[in-house]
Amino acid sequence: MKTLMLGDHAVAQGAYEAGVKVAAAYPGTPSTEITECMATFKEVNAEWSVNEKVSMEVGIGAAMAGKRALVAMKHVGLNVAADPLFTFSYTGLNAGLVVAVADDPGMHSSQNEQDSRYYAQSAHVPMLEPADSQEARDFTMLAYELSEKYDTPVFLRLTTRIAHSRSFVEIGERKEVELPYKQDIQKYVMVPANAKKRHPIVEEREKKLSNDINGNVFEGKINKIEYGSNKIGIVCSGAVYQYVKEALPDFSIFKLGMVYPIAVENIREFASKCEKLIVVEELEPFIENTLKANGIKCSGKDLTGLQGELSVQKIRETILGQKPLPELTQNLPGRPPVMCAGCTHRGVFYIINKLKLNVVGDIGCYSLGCSPPLNAMHSLICMGASISNAHGMFQAKGKEFSKTNIAVIGDSTFIHSGITGLIDAVYNKSNITVIIMDNRTTGMTGHQNHPGTGLTIKGEPTHTLDLSEISRACGVQNVSVIDPYNLAEIENAIKESLKADSVSVIIAKRPCVLLDKSIQRKAITISDCKKCGLCLKIGCPALSKCKDNSVEVDATLCTGCMVCAGTCKSGAIK
Amino acid sequence: MNFNILIAGVGGQGTLLASKIFGNYAQLIGKDCKVSEVHGMAQRGGSVVTYVRIADKVYSPLFDKKQADVVLAFEELEALRSAGYVKDGGIIVINKQNIYPMPCALGLAEYPSDIYEQLAEYKATVRKIDAISIATKLNNIRTVNIAMLGFCAAVLGLKKEVFVDAIKRSVGEATLEVNLKAFEGGFTIFSS
Repeated sequence: MKTLMLGDHAVAQGAYEAGVKVAAAYPGTPSTEITECMATFKEVNAEWSVNEKVSMEVGIGAAMAGKRALVAMKHVGLNVAADPLFTFSYTGLNAGLVVAVADDPGMHSSQNEQDSRYYAQSAHVPMLEPADSQEARDFTMLAYELSEKYDTPVFLRLTTRIAHSRSFVEIGERKEVELPYKQDIQKYVMVPANAKKRHPIVEEREKKLSNDINGNVFEGKINKIEYGSNKIGIVCSGAVYQYVKEALPDFSIFKLGMVYPIAVENIREFASKCEKLIVVEELEPFIENTLKANGIKCSGKDLTGLQGELSVQKIRETILGQKPLPELTQNLPGRPPVMCAGCTHRGVFYIINKLKLNVVGDIGCYSLGCSPPLNAMHSLICMGASISNAHGMFQAKGKEFSKTNIAVIGDSTFIHSGITGLIDAVYNKSNITVIIMDNRTTGMTGHQNHPGTGLTIKGEPTHTLDLSEISRACGVQNVSVIDPYNLAEIENAIKESLKADSVSVIIAKRPCVLLDKSIQRKAITISDCKKCGLCLKIGCPALSKCKDNSVEVDATLCTGCMVCAGTCKSGAIK
Repeated sequence: MNFNILIAGVGGQGTLLASKIFGNYAQLIGKDCKVSEVHGMAQRGGSVVTYVRIADKVYSPLFDKKQADVVLAFEELEALRSAGYVKDGGIIVINKQNIYPMPCALGLAEYPSDIYEQLAEYKATVRKIDAISIATKLNNIRTVNIAMLGFCAAVLGLKKEVFVDAIKRSVGEATLEVNLKAFEGGFTIFSS
């Protein structure tokens, strides 16, 4: 039976049918739903790992032991996981390992637009790229066959429009795969002497796969050629194939299912049958540069550019020279994402602003603290960077500067890669203040559990990591735990911490308002408003300014957190 | 019947469920379908659009401006923001609700007071529905999306029984009854 399936779920379905036993990931849009779906299968040991590097190592362990494994991450997560992967490419494996990586052209939910295909090239790991949910399922299953046949981990590359689109998928039954664990020191112990012997094997493997993909070994299951008009031939892959099919239905198309290694010889032959060859790809000119390096004349990025996503219309405009469609209605008030009414982060940012501090930020819902009216975040680089960035500022500018500077990081992000920065700061005699915005969940990606919540991905009780204990164990002497709904408490804790001569950690602890079943939702009332507008400075979506400058509350949104009441000098909010 | 539907709303309004039901509807009438969703950052109260395409064969999960048969808007400002997607002769279905975005709430921008005048400039039929009152009568504000869907199904002249089947496939048992009532409510409002 056919099922309408999200691309991410189709990857999980394929892995399930391929007999995958172990699935590990750290949540990251648009890849999160892969592992959430894996957790629904009783045969699969799924886990939220503390970060992508750990998840990769868990997957590697499983594959060495003899069970198929799936590791999933977003593009930037692959930066974190790259270290073990590059060496596992040398050792090869026992049972198959597939690394699903989701790129985000257009940055719907990311801090950059990096192109994961370069990782495939530099780690010498083959990469498949599906073009819809059915292929996401099929290619995942195929990736396990390739992984074991060629003794290599295999990438499955998604983009947002594949990961988060639904289309129909024909599914099948699960087949178990069990391989015996075999010790092999020369294969698995990558000391230099052994690694030197493995490197030529990697090169040979890649040559063989390259020959096979150019030959007829895969019987058209991976790359597909659709001949049409010989005027222009298009080379494309993934979601872009769908746009090309719709925008240029009469052209000849070479659809790459394997984007690394690229079937250069097949494309050379295809190109010889077309008057002109155009590569249509999102992000970097990865395919284009490979073809050019192999002496195949083509155009690509000179037409489509490097920025953002492609679309049917953009292809019509850039390849066919069609006129752009009229713009959407302009000059409308924007609707950027905001922290929810009752968000536990809001009060902390309000106090930080009151104390006029510089904020070194991190990745999570609290990143929204950068938006008006709070404007309370002054840098944001990557997961876990806040603490080490703040320490770097201390190293550069000294103690006085540190008294005006604060690092803000979420609980899940702290566990992901903030702890190492904290150890570093203490070890190197820093004087930074860190606020851990502990809302007891991984918020932005949709409420996933983590080691601090005391629950596994499957909701089973487990050890709860105590963030104050771990901060103390890192050597932090000033650790305080406060309620982020209590403005006076926040202000006091920050002032005290800034006075201290060593590293301070403030844990602003309260469950995310969307998850907290214990709170009594009783909307505030406003009477005798003095129209000063102070309460609007916290940026709560439940409050809005009326024509006469008084403030009104939307009782359907208000959760009664009373943070606004703490800002009101006339006691009008009750 | 082939069509493109753009569902526009504010993160958290339940647009994803509506698109899932359209997908199941497509399957029941033997058509191909693709749905493209927005997860993550954009869901935190920001503008959200979902694309639904139903045809014999669907390639791109997205479509471009002036290609939607229907823009199904859960909020009036979002209707205006996405109106450029409606094709000439298409339909804009609007839930009569205003949710003030942050710039308006802060008094930095004005929530437009002439939304329907601006919408009249598009060569499309505009249909309004008070889905909130349907949902409120059912004592479940979360059924606004399904009431909208009922109204939309009636506007498009889609088969009601098939839609009911699609809803049965898409929602949990606990909320099935109230969702079916909401669908009926939306459907009859148009018909009456």
